[in-house]
Amino acid sequence: MMNKNNQTPETISSPEKREQETEIISGSEILIRSLIAEGADTLFGYPGGAIMPVFDALYDHKHEIKHILVRHEQGAVHAAQGYARVSQKVGVALVTSGPGATNTITGITDAMMDSTPMVVISGQVASSLLGSDAFQEADVIGVTQPITKWVYQIRRVEDIAWAVSKAFYIASSGRPGPVVLDIAKDAQVNKCAYSYQKTIFLRSYLPEPEIEDDQIRMAADLINNAKKPLALVGHGVVLGNAEEELRAFLEKADIPFGSTILGLSAMPTDHPLNFGMLGMHGNVAPNMMTNQCDVLIAIGMRFDDRVTGDLNTYAKQAKVIHFDIDPAEINKNVKTTVKVSGNAKKTLPMVIALLKEQSHAAWLSEFKPYEQKEFDCIIKNELYPENGGEIKMGEVVHKVTEATHNKAVCVTDVGQHQMMSTRYFKFTESRSMVTSGGLGTMGFGLPAGIGAKYGAPERTVCIFVGDGGLQMTMQELGTIMEYDIDVKIILLNNNYLGMVRQWQELFFDERYSETHLKNPDFIKVADAYNIKGRKVTQRSELDEAIAEMLAHKGAYLLEVVVETKGMVYPMIPSGGSVTNILLGNGNKL
Amino acid sequence: MEENKTLYTITIFSENTVGVLNQITTIFTRRQLNIETLSVSPSAIKGIHKFTITTFSDDENVMKKLVSLIDKRVDILKAYYNTNEDLVHQELALYKLSTEKVLAHGSIEYLVRKYNVRILEVSTDCVVFLKAGHYEETQGLFEELAESIGVLQFVRSGRIAITKSKVERLSDMLAKRERENQEKWGNA
Repeated sequence: MMNKNNQTPETISSPEKREQETEIISGSEILIRSLIAEGADTLFGYPGGAIMPVFDALYDHKHEIKHILVRHEQGAVHAAQGYARVSQKVGVALVTSGPGATNTITGITDAMMDSTPMVVISGQVASSLLGSDAFQEADVIGVTQPITKWVYQIRRVEDIAWAVSKAFYIASSGRPGPVVLDIAKDAQVNKCAYSYQKTIFLRSYLPEPEIEDDQIRMAADLINNAKKPLALVGHGVVLGNAEEELRAFLEKADIPFGSTILGLSAMPTDHPLNFGMLGMHGNVAPNMMTNQCDVLIAIGMRFDDRVTGDLNTYAKQAKVIHFDIDPAEINKNVKTTVKVSGNAKKTLPMVIALLKEQSHAAWLSEFKPYEQKEFDCIIKNELYPENGGEIKMGEVVHKVTEATHNKAVCVTDVGQHQMMSTRYFKFTESRSMVTSGGLGTMGFGLPAGIGAKYGAPERTVCIFVGDGGLQMTMQELGTIMEYDIDVKIILLNNNYLGMVRQWQELFFDERYSETHLKNPDFIKVADAYNIKGRKVTQRSELDEAIAEMLAHKGAYLLEVVVETKGMVYPMIPSGGSVTNILLGNGNKL
Repeated sequence: MEENKTLYTITIFSENTVGVLNQITTIFTRRQLNIETLSVSPSAIKGIHKFTITTFSDDENVMKKLVSLIDKRVDILKAYYNTNEDLVHQELALYKLSTEKVLAHGSIEYLVRKYNVRILEVSTDCVVFLKAGHYEETQGLFEELAESIGVLQFVRSGRIAITKSKVERLSDMLAKRERENQEKWGNA
C-alpha cells in the first residue's frame, strides 16, 4: 500500500513549497484544488450519494472550474473524451459510486482503445463499508483494472492529492489512456493538510522508451534506399503533436501516405502526398499499394485488423519500419524489420536529419489509376449523383465540409454515417476528427460532440449521427439545451441500423434481422428540448438547409432522410486480404 | 506436462500495491494462457515484490507479447521470461502420512535417503515429510508414497527460480532511472 509517507521514491517534491502551502481542509476541497492545480477547467459529471461531498465543495469553486451536468454517466465519459481529443488536455469525468461508476465502463474502454487521456473520478461507499455489499457499492477497481492504464482506490484523505497528481501524469504521458480514481466517502469528508506537487517521475513507469541511435540510422537507410515507400499515419502523430515533424519527414523523402481513422486530420486532406484513409472502408490506392510498396513506414499506428485485413497476406513483400511510443505494439501484429521506439515528435526529426531529399514521381503516379477507378466507380455517384433518387450520405457530408470550408471539427457516431464522414469530410487542421475508432461505440457521437465544443469553443463542431446511434445517448440533448451548447447535429436517417443491414445484404442472404427501426419524430424531440431542427427529404433543399444550420446561433438538428439501402464502398470483407476490395455495383478492380 | 509445449518461467517485479496480481492474471486470461504455478514474495529490494509464474506455450512469440504487456502496466517495474535451461529452479512439497502406516512400512530409511527427505513432524497420528526439488522429483516421491503407504495430504509450492547467466539487474535499472530523472528535473 503506497501512501504519502513513502512517496519520496515516486515523486520529487520541494520541501520549501510544502511548508508554505500547508492548510487543513476536507478531502473534497483537496480534490477540487488538485484538479485546478492540474489545469482542469471543465468537468463532466453527475452527482449521487457517494460523491456528494465533492459536489458540495465544487459549489465554492464555480468560477474556477466549470461543471457540465450530463444526463447519463456514459455521456460524461464520452464528453470528457471529446474534450480531450480536440484540446490536448486531460478530460475529466466525475460520477457517483455503483451505477454511476458502472455507467462509465463503455467510455473508459473506448478511451483505452483510442489512447485518450482521461481521469474518471468515482465516489465510493465509506471505507468501513467496503466489501459489505453496501448500498450503491460496486467493485470499481476490479471492474476497471483491465480497461484502464491505471486505477487507484483512495481510502484515506491523505492520499487524495498525490493520487490526483499521479493520475494526471499517467493519463497524459507516454501513450495516453484513461485512469480511474475511486474515492471512499469518508476520505472526501475527513480533513488533512493540503499541499500539491505535480508528479514528474514514477520509478516503475517509463512513459517513453529510450531512443536507440542505431534504430534511427537503420530506418533512415531503409527509407533512403526505398524505391516505393508508403507511410501509414496513425493517432500517435496527433497525440504526440508531431504533425509538423511528420510533414517535414514525408515531404523530404517524398513519401505517399494513408491514414488510419484516428490519424485522419494529422495532415491536410488536400496534401499532394495524402492518398486518404486505410482499411476496410478506406481508399483503394493506399490499401492496394500496401501490397506493392517496398518499405512500409508505420507511424504511431497499431495495425488494427480493420486496417490490415488478413495478416497472412498483408505487406509480405515489404520491409516494415514501425515508429511507436509503446514497445508492446512492436511485432504485435506485423513483423517489423526496424523498430523506432519513442515519441514521434523526437524520433522523426532524428530520422529526417539522415534522410536524402528524394522524388518518387514514378511511384506516386502508380497511385493515380486506383484513385481514378475509385472516383469513377464510387465517389462520383456518392457525392454528385446525377440521376436523382434518394439523398446519399456521402453527398451530405461533402456539402457540410465544403460549407464549413473544411475547417470544422468532425465528430461521428458509429456505423455507415461514420465511414461516410471519415471518407468524405476534409481537414485543414489537426485534432479535427473525433470518432470511436477501436471500440466502435454507438452512442459516442452526441456526448463526444458536446465535449469537443468545450475543448475547442471557437471552432464549429459538426456531429454526424445515425438514427440508431443518436437514440443510444439522445438524452444528452438535455445537456445541450441547459448549457446552450452550439453544436451542429447532422442526423443521417435511413431508418435502419445501416452497417449491420449492409452486412446482412452482403453476407446473410438479405435476411434483415432486427435492423429496421421505427423512429420517433426527431424534429419534435429536438423541439421539446428547445433545439432548432429541420428535416430535409429533397436534394434541392440541402444546400440551403446546411447554410441555415451553420448560420444559426446555437444548437441545430439537421435531419436528412437518406437512401434507405445505401452501401458503404469500397469494402474489404472482414478477414479478407487488404487488396480484396469490393467496389459494388458489379465493378471490379 | 503438455505435449509439444515448452514450460516458460516468467519473472515479474512490481510495486507492492493492491491489485497487481489481478492486473497480471488478466493479461494471462486475455491471451488464453493457463498459469501452472505461481509464487509471490517480497524481493531483495524493500517495497518491491517478485512474482514467479510458469506457463506452457508452443510459441515463444506469445511469451514476448505477454511479457511486454505485463511490463507496460504502470505498477510493474520489470518482466521477463526464461526457459528451464536458463534457470536454477526449485519447488517445495509437503506430504502427510499416517504414523501407523509409516511404522509398518519397514523401509522408510531407504525412501528418506533416496529422495533426500526431511522429516518435519512426527506425532502419534501423522508424519510430515518435506522434499525440495524439481517437479519430477517431488512428483516421484508422491507417487512412490501413494503406492506404498498412502498420502493423507499433499501440497506443492509454486516454482521459485533464479537465472544462471546474469545478475538480477533490477537495482541497476532503478538507480539508472532515478539518476536520469535527477538529471532531467534536478531537485525541482
